[in-house]
Amino acid sequence: MATFADTTFTPPERIRNFCIIAHIDHGKSTLADRMLQLTGVVEERAMRAQYLDRMDIERERGITIKAQNVRLPWVVDDEEIVLHMIDTPGHVDFTYEVSRALEACEGAILLVDAAQGIEAQTLANLYLALENNLAIIPVLNKIDLPAADPEKYSRELAHIIGCEPEDVLRVSAKTGEGVRELLDAVVRQVPPPVGEDNAPARAMIFDSVYDTYRGVVTYIRVVDGRITPRERIRMMSTGAVHELLEVGIISPEPKPSAGLGVGEVGYLITGVKDVRQSKVGDTVTSERKGATEPLAGYREPRPMVYSGLYPLDGSDYPDLREALDKLRLNDAALTYEPETSAALGFGFRCGFLGLLHLEITRDRLEREFGLELISTAPNVVYRVVTDDGTETTVTNPSDWVDGKIMEVYEPIVKTTVICPSEFIGTVMELCQARRGQLGGMDYLSEDRVELRYTMPLAEIIFDFFDSLKSRTRGYASLDYEEAGEQTANLVKVDILLQGEPVDAFSAIVHRDAAYTYGTRMATKLRELIPRQQFEVPIQAAIGSRVIARETIRAMRKDVLAKCYGGDITRKRKLLEKQKEGKKRMKMVGRVEVPQEAFVAALSTDETGDKPKGKK
Amino acid sequence: MASTLPPGDPAPADGTLPPEAVAGLGSRPFGVYVHVPFCATRCGYCDFNTYTAGELGTSASPQSWLEALRRELDLAARVLGSAPPASTVFVGGGTPSLLGADGLASVLDAVRGAFGLTSAAEVTTEANPESTSPEFFAEILRAGYTRVSLGAQSVAPHVLRILDRKHTPGRPVAAAGEARAAGFEHLNLDLIYGTPGERPDDLQASLDAVLDAGVDHVSAYALIIEEGTAIERRIRRGELPSTDDDVLAERYEQVDSVLSTSGFRWYEVSNWAASVAARCQHNLNYWRGGDWWGAGPGAHSHVGGVRWWNVKHPARYAATLAEGRSPAAAREILSEEDRRVERVLLELRLAEGLPLGVLDESGVAEAKVAVSDGLLSQSAFDAGRAVLTDEGRLLADGIVRRLLP
Ligand SMILES: Nc1nc2c(ncn2[C@@H]2O[C@H](COP(=O)(O)OP(=O)(O)OP(=O)(O)O)[C@@H](O)[C@H]2O)c(=O)[nH]1
Ligand SMILES: C[S@@+](CC[C@H](N)C(=O)[O-])C[C@H]1O[C@@H](n2cnc3c(N)ncnc32)[C@H](O)[C@@H]1O
Ligand code: SF4
Ligand SMILES: [Mg+2]
Repeated sequence: MATFADTTFTPPERIRNFCIIAHIDHGKSTLADRMLQLTGVVEERAMRAQYLDRMDIERERGITIKAQNVRLPWVVDDEEIVLHMIDTPGHVDFTYEVSRALEACEGAILLVDAAQGIEAQTLANLYLALENNLAIIPVLNKIDLPAADPEKYSRELAHIIGCEPEDVLRVSAKTGEGVRELLDAVVRQVPPPVGEDNAPARAMIFDSVYDTYRGVVTYIRVVDGRITPRERIRMMSTGAVHELLEVGIISPEPKPSAGLGVGEVGYLITGVKDVRQSKVGDTVTSERKGATEPLAGYREPRPMVYSGLYPLDGSDYPDLREALDKLRLNDAALTYEPETSAALGFGFRCGFLGLLHLEITRDRLEREFGLELISTAPNVVYRVVTDDGTETTVTNPSDWVDGKIMEVYEPIVKTTVICPSEFIGTVMELCQARRGQLGGMDYLSEDRVELRYTMPLAEIIFDFFDSLKSRTRGYASLDYEEAGEQTANLVKVDILLQGEPVDAFSAIVHRDAAYTYGTRMATKLRELIPRQQFEVPIQAAIGSRVIARETIRAMRKDVLAKCYGGDITRKRKLLEKQKEGKKRMKMVGRVEVPQEAFVAALSTDETGDKPKGKK
Repeated sequence: MASTLPPGDPAPADGTLPPEAVAGLGSRPFGVYVHVPFCATRCGYCDFNTYTAGELGTSASPQSWLEALRRELDLAARVLGSAPPASTVFVGGGTPSLLGADGLASVLDAVRGAFGLTSAAEVTTEANPESTSPEFFAEILRAGYTRVSLGAQSVAPHVLRILDRKHTPGRPVAAAGEARAAGFEHLNLDLIYGTPGERPDDLQASLDAVLDAGVDHVSAYALIIEEGTAIERRIRRGELPSTDDDVLAERYEQVDSVLSTSGFRWYEVSNWAASVAARCQHNLNYWRGGDWWGAGPGAHSHVGGVRWWNVKHPARYAATLAEGRSPAAAREILSEEDRRVERVLLELRLAEGLPLGVLDESGVAEAKVAVSDGLLSQSAFDAGRAVLTDEGRLLADGIVRRLLP
């Protein structure tokens, strides 16, 4: 549908740039849906739930992974206003998507589920928005729910933000109630963008996406001057000059425009094929009479978790490389380097923002590229100083230099847990077991608290969240951010099959947790590896010291003892099926190890309160 | 004849075979199998292609079956042209003894009419102990049968009950005695071990009885829980315990040790014979890749690298033949590699084993490893053959997977 917002170079005073931020699942994308409808950019019959969650994996999992921006027309008091709205993801792994979105906005809707109240990512995202000096509009969502308690949570929100409970708006993204008023409030409360129309063009790249048909699509927010399709542009970090093939806006499909002016958000296409040539955080200017001072950039997202990815079938290695190359085009946070494992052959050591990122990447590689993969136990990055003073960064337990280690530094994070006050004891116990240091505690309301801990990243990335959820009946939420490093007493635990270490199962754990880790892995593997035609001893060891052992007894019977008469075909088909099954096993030495055994290293199981190290 | 048919290529309606397949006929032993798809009742563990009178109603009867069988044997003779006389005949089921001695005599006459028999032909029929008698044995001996295979399964009453067997514990041994008295030299008893609730002493009693019966052949099968059978449902619902593979292995060792110390020798994983002459030539022909025509509903055939199988239901079988068409449901023409795989699959289970020449390079290397694992015989390997050791017999399928790519 054509609207006035399709015409660009809107005067800044008639522009409002805002994003929707919230804890995961509090209804951002659903609220965005209502905005798309109310402003008329999506017709009723084209509407579908979470319209902006465009990726298959987002729709399947019901979560947002990529932030999405949309230009919307809105009329208040007969004045035509252009809104640039950005829907952001709520999961902690994708916080960097939120920080980028914030750079393109002057205001943020802080959305809170009226049946849940403030959660850990509510706070994390609020603080990010405040750091960026954004105007905050506090909103309670899901007021249609019977369990909604808007009175209580208005007070909570007001307390945190420092406003009056009456200032907290109430909407239902489901029914649309209150959304019109919310849009009006955005126009009133979010300041219009400021910038120099006459100055040399400066636009901030806040996202860069590879599209099979169009090449790299770069999302920008213009700060000064104008970007027009007739001009060539320069990337200020590299000096590279590009032809502009197209400039446009998203509403909610891409629409080419005459250009973009001060305060406007849109996209440009240059024909480059690699998102790295159009880097997030870079400043775009015009080639002629361009700007000399770039805008302040972003810190690039750094991988927090590493895992080895190996094709189940070694001959798929080139396909895996190609698939990773393609995924990286859209995922600046994904890093990978070739590595070889004695057990698994050729693969890649990949860096991820967190376990969800790992899981999603693996999922996409398997489904979109038809690969079958084994991923090794994830680990964080360690800085290791040996006694000769050399320093190495260890992203793979195999690189652990035993013996000569003087000092090991592990990454730590500031952790926020929000939970009902009845669980304070339980949560504290869990955090202490995971080597946490209490940083502080605040009451959000009479019965809900915020606990702050500093913890080793390795202790929380794997199963901490699951433990937390199961101990608090699902009521606790968690957020964490990097907070430097600390020295730690860590050891590498190896797992040996038939006396041979299997590098894929090695893990670096705190010395106090080594025994538990070793025992658990050995037991788990005994259950997961089927009996072979020979006995298979499993051992866990620190260096040459064995700390746990198990044995997989030899299989006694593997023969079909029945006459099938002359139906030899059936026998052969059965053999073929068994051989297929065998192909799904990874040969580690002579031992057939099922794929699940590797996956299980990742899995979580709640076994109790003992310190666990990581999985 | 297991109850599900494999998928395959369409088989020609006139039953013709590729000329290459028929070309070598006569240079190899030729057998005839006849499938009798009738049982008085269905045993709870059995998924063979067989039907009770109640299930068939008026759609098929032993009479209509016999008529159709004659048609198929005619067709077989036409298709094979200069087929050699059969050196083995095996009438299996189902329950062939339900046809009575007359019926079995007619079946053999039909086979004779179509192909003729070699002078020393082995002619076996399966029989359920409860549907036999001294007269029955005398008559079928006269008709030309040389061997009888009786389904004993067990002598433990509680095991027979779980297996839904209708005969009394003593009947199989008595039947074997009657057959011997009638003049049968070659007799087999089938045993099933590993039935839920079977104890080692139950199996011991069955083995003792089998030895008492004076037969010269024993087949002993671990009970296989087939999908879709009554026993499978009972186990799934938890009404019966399932038998652990380790227990099955122990039972097998028990069977093998009792039979070995009583003059029997294994010649196939599940088959023991008191002498070379007592081995079942018909089955050996299957395992050695020979030619045979399988007649009757759901029967499988193999001639010169072509395998085919008939439609399963007796009514459809008869109707197809009545229309002058081949009852074949589908067939497959084996590739060189298929034939090699089958040789490994089948011959490794035999005491004579498999020539190492059938294996590829990595197969031979794997065989060597299996020798060092104690699963294949060292001396046989040195002589150029892969032969299972006692331990290896219990792991034969796994070894086959190792020997093949
Ligand atoms: N009853 C009710 N349910 C809502 C409302 N808003 C959202 N939901 C439901 O809440 C769930 C999460 O909604 P989303 O819009 O995907 O949440 P989100 O904040 O975008 O989630 P992430 O992007 O993954 O962080 C969905 O099942 C929605 O249908 C509301 O106002 N009322
Ligand atoms: C299919 S029967 C036909 C012969 C005859 N009707 C009888 O029952 O004796 C041949 C033999 O196969 C064996 N058999 C059938 N079903 C079996 C199963 N599920 N597991 C193991 N052996 C089985 C029995 O030992 C049986 O004697
Ligand atoms: S009598 Fe034999 S063929 Fe018939 S159902 Fe029982 S086991 Fe199967
Ligand atoms: Mg969303």
